Amino acid sequence: MRLAMLFALAGFACFGGKDVERAQREQRTDERLEVPPPPFSEGIFPCSTCHQSMPTNRTRRILSGMHEEIVLKHDEQHRWCLDCHDAGNRDSLHLASGEPVSFEESYRLCGQCHGEKLRDWKAGVHGRRTGSWNGAKSYLLCAHCHNPHQPRFRAIRPEPAPQRPSRQALPANTRKGTHGR
Amino acid sequence: MDAEKNAPKLTRRTFSSCAAAAAAGWLLTACGPRRLHEFPKERLRKSIAELERQYSERHGAKVTVSTASAQPGVEFAYALDLSRCIGCRRCVYACVKENNQSRNPQLHWIKVLSMEKEKGVDLAHADPYYQPAQVPEEGHFYVPVSCQQCRNAPCTKVCPTGATWTERDGIVVIDYDWCIGCRYCMAACPYGARHFNWTEPSVPEGELNTSTHYLGNRPRPKGVVEKCTFCIQRVRAGRYPACVEVCPVGARKFGNLLDKDSEIRYIIEHKRVFVLKKDLNTVPRFFYFYAT
Repeated sequence: MRLAMLFALAGFACFGGKDVERAQREQRTDERLEVPPPPFSEGIFPCSTCHQSMPTNRTRRILSGMHEEIVLKHDEQHRWCLDCHDAGNRDSLHLASGEPVSFEESYRLCGQCHGEKLRDWKAGVHGRRTGSWNGAKSYLLCAHCHNPHQPRFRAIRPEPAPQRPSRQALPANTRKGTHGR
Repeated sequence: MDAEKNAPKLTRRTFSSCAAAAAAGWLLTACGPRRLHEFPKERLRKSIAELERQYSERHGAKVTVSTASAQPGVEFAYALDLSRCIGCRRCVYACVKENNQSRNPQLHWIKVLSMEKEKGVDLAHADPYYQPAQVPEEGHFYVPVSCQQCRNAPCTKVCPTGATWTERDGIVVIDYDWCIGCRYCMAACPYGARHFNWTEPSVPEGELNTSTHYLGNRPRPKGVVEKCTFCIQRVRAGRYPACVEVCPVGARKFGNLLDKDSEIRYIIEHKRVFVLKKDLNTVPRFFYFYAT
């Protein structure tokens, strides 16, 4: 009996320890999240400058007059502006729960659907990293690479292909020396 | 009878004098300075200063040559996400710039192979010369290949002069002053990752990266072999390699294998990881993975 209790206790201590370790690790990764400011189009933020004096129109429609350049190609069958942008506070976003989220923390909003990407991003595996491999890294927000309204990457022009090896490509003096400095 | 008489006799005296000569010969060749870190400190400092002077003079800019050695408790590894790479070749040209590769004739340490999705990773039918208007192309994926920094590196074994070896942090390096240009290592490398300077490498004036490492991107002479060093001049100073930072899709990952919190360990533990030509038992430190 006593032995069984001892085993149970040991097991608990073991799992407890692991949880603590994981929590510490997550906390550490959270501390490291140093992100540049969100990539707003020039002169667009704060949104409340215009929206404060406008009535809220929740109907799905083709926008005219403003934001015409925004084409929603991001689960557009089911999404609309106010699913992410907050109607109450225009300078903020909100989660599905209604909890407001700043643009600086927009990854929490994206992570609601793309949980596995958020997890990889926090671990430094999804997305571009700059800085030190053993120290401070700078992260980018999801929106720095993916346009939130059209998140798929656009095709880009590749850099030139390498030259095919050929004798003609070499300068004329190649065959003279063998090991010159 | 005569023949028996004339047969060479191995006397005790000839044996011991031959043995003594051999020992003396061995001592003479083995005791001289061999590798960078076996140099006496003072002599190293002097010869590095001399190198810096020569390079600065030749390229008209202040060139520094670092001799930073491996950090303890570090073994570098690299991982590349094939589900992200779009084949844009930004890494190729960032590498050329960072590592002072020759522009003419052109020399690239990274080769990006275009492959067909239907065939999978098939090196025999890969195309490094693809040039569409835009990438990624429909039905294609891309596999950038550079030095795989093998743990069981065939290239270092065949070098007749000991000019190439594996450092303690896992980087396979070349000492250009010891390389005689025999290109055995190029024949031994199954990844085509080593490149030969058939001519004096040319780097346009003002484009030389003046922050160099002795075993990495310092200006090379004609007639030596060179290859990727994980940007030794950057990583030994704690920075990411140039290709990692330039990749627009974040497909390139780098870190310390011995640090259990590193990105590289996360990838190996959580993703589908493979290496190229696994059957050759080269044991690369360069992993490919699919993040999705």
